[in-house]
Amino acid sequence: MINANAKKLLEVRGLKATVAGVEILKGINLTVRAGEVHAVMGPNGSGKSTFAKALAGHPAYTVTGGEVLLEGKDLFALSPEERARAGVFLGFQYPVEIPGVSNSGFLRLSYNTVQSVRGRDELDPLEFDDFVREKMKLLDMDPGFLDRSVNDGFSGGEKKRNEILQMALLEPKLAILDETDSGLDIDALRVVANGVNGLLKPDNAVVLVTHYQRLLNYIVPDYVHVMEGGRIIKTGGKELALELETRGYDWVVDGYKKSAVTA
Amino acid sequence: MSTTTALENLVNQPYKHGFVTEIESDVAPKGLSEDTIRLISAKKKEPQWLLEFRLNAYRHWLTMAEPAWPNVKYPKIDFQNISYYSAPKPKKLKSMDEVDPELLRTFEKLGVPMNERAALAGVAVDVIFDSVSVATTYKQKLAEVGIIFCSISEAVREHPELVRKYLGSVVPAGDNFYAALNSAVFTDGSFCFIPRGVKCPMELSTYFRINTQDSGQFERTLIVAEEGASVSYLEGCTAPKFDTNQLHAAVVELVALDNADIKYSTVQNWYAGDENGVGGIYNFVTKRGLCKGVNSKISWTQVETGSAITWKYPSCILLGDNSIGEFYSVALTNHHQQADTGTKMVHIGKNTRSTIVSKGISAGRSNNSYRGLVRIGPKAEGARNYSQCDSMLIGSKCGANTFPYIQVHNNTAKVEHEATTSKIGEDQLFYFQQRGIGNEEAVSMIINGFCKEVFQQLPMEFAVEATKLLGLKLEGSVG
Repeated sequence: MINANAKKLLEVRGLKATVAGVEILKGINLTVRAGEVHAVMGPNGSGKSTFAKALAGHPAYTVTGGEVLLEGKDLFALSPEERARAGVFLGFQYPVEIPGVSNSGFLRLSYNTVQSVRGRDELDPLEFDDFVREKMKLLDMDPGFLDRSVNDGFSGGEKKRNEILQMALLEPKLAILDETDSGLDIDALRVVANGVNGLLKPDNAVVLVTHYQRLLNYIVPDYVHVMEGGRIIKTGGKELALELETRGYDWVVDGYKKSAVTA
Repeated sequence: MSTTTALENLVNQPYKHGFVTEIESDVAPKGLSEDTIRLISAKKKEPQWLLEFRLNAYRHWLTMAEPAWPNVKYPKIDFQNISYYSAPKPKKLKSMDEVDPELLRTFEKLGVPMNERAALAGVAVDVIFDSVSVATTYKQKLAEVGIIFCSISEAVREHPELVRKYLGSVVPAGDNFYAALNSAVFTDGSFCFIPRGVKCPMELSTYFRINTQDSGQFERTLIVAEEGASVSYLEGCTAPKFDTNQLHAAVVELVALDNADIKYSTVQNWYAGDENGVGGIYNFVTKRGLCKGVNSKISWTQVETGSAITWKYPSCILLGDNSIGEFYSVALTNHHQQADTGTKMVHIGKNTRSTIVSKGISAGRSNNSYRGLVRIGPKAEGARNYSQCDSMLIGSKCGANTFPYIQVHNNTAKVEHEATTSKIGEDQLFYFQQRGIGNEEAVSMIINGFCKEVFQQLPMEFAVEATKLLGLKLEGSVG
């Protein structure tokens, strides 16, 4: 939902970042306003996942230039956990397994930590159990999964649902979903997409990082950005995703190179 | 702050219990000889048979060599540079009010307000301060059901026939180098006797503490559960901070007769040396239980977080048919700590069963080894063992090893061994952070999850203490 007067949640200006000394992001510009859904697409190795992880503060990524504002404040002044508490959520492409740590304990600690920072009430284990079970119904999840270890032995689909469940619990202002559609069959994709759609509000925003148009049939973006070589080289509406699906990325990349030469 | 730095900060907390209590001590001159042993025995007014026991052990010890097989390194110990006897100046104590206030303050600093704790939690605490017991509580109440719970010195005086019958019956005086040394010079320890058919109405607890600089401590613990008796015994250990290494060589013997059940739990947090590996306790302990009777059960649970060097293999000799041995262990090493610990399950009787769950956590530059023996004797028809040895590494400079020894001499036996190694990785911590959870809490949560199966075996208040202790070792809550 585009509203030109809506509050700017995220402003990315000239963001550059390296991994192990290699520059991956070469100057990204992106503005996300409240209520918007953005899709970031692009071929393998274009820097999409790096962009997502750099915003969340993954220690392997070093920011070397540019600035990022979250609701007008310097995002990079915050530690990764402070960013999470401030409302930045990253749905992981490959959620890590944490054997021995129960999902329910993990979810509750995460929820209560964020709640207390936001000055809201924390829930005791029984209250939380009721609360989380309601959220799980929306994602068609088996309650037995609360007793399992975090992501340990989960199928690809279960892991992705667990990510969206966490998004539902934490109610982020800005959710960046990194390839949430990968590894999902059609039914799971629909469930996950419905879950995300149910969480969209006028005061939050979602950035979908994806390879394929498929997810965008279910979560309709307001903007589609094409990344290549560590930059956003083209931005359009939802129809751009359909065009990419039929024509591939090469024409966009070629067009960008030509315009770069003439400019 | 990078994750690596954060991890290093987490695991580099100073030792909380580093203080020395000033209590006048009666210390023997340094050195070990037959004269030293006669002095100890005379000071304690021991009977002749016990002096003979000590002297025999000493003579045996002289012929033995320090074991070289453990996966630990330390400078040669000068056994002549150790004082073998140190006792607080004797005072007659009628009640807790008469206990040296300084001692009580020490316990408070340790978070063990024994009077309140004992009363509130129903735990009788036999306090070992340096080597001689100075306070015993709840003895009356236990005596009503016929349980003897006292210092081993007192037991030698009051119940010599019991001590003489069982002392050295599980760990013979010449069993190994350190057991022989202990048998020669032990100064005190605990004695516990649960008579036939009695279920001990409360958990028995002893807090050990090494207090005099350079005084080796050689406790001797003997627990006997007669037919159908049962007892849960808790041993908690913390020691103040010293720069010179202190030798600690205890012997613990457990005897379970027919249908008896002994549960022995330890939380050990002795000074581990500073972050450069200077100082710390050398903990060379022999702990062994004998399931002498049919259907008897001995269960060891240990949480080892301290000491510069830990060399310890709480074991079960499963002699009685259908007897059960269990070993649940968490061993955490940090900085330059070295641990070589595990268990021995020796199956002799028919249908004997044993379970081993070992969790090793290594951080800093430490080295953590599990060493375990499962032996199934030729007559142990239908014996079963299940072993699980998991290692967790924090950081990239530490080490973990597993040395399982499996000897099966009966083809009806079933032995299973599982082992895993994992590492707290950057990606795991980042996952927690991305959900708003800081590194300290994340590490604590991962570690507690890793140790869950062992903590579940601990009595409730000990489980809380153990969780806190691992927290202290790995988090910044010390300040």
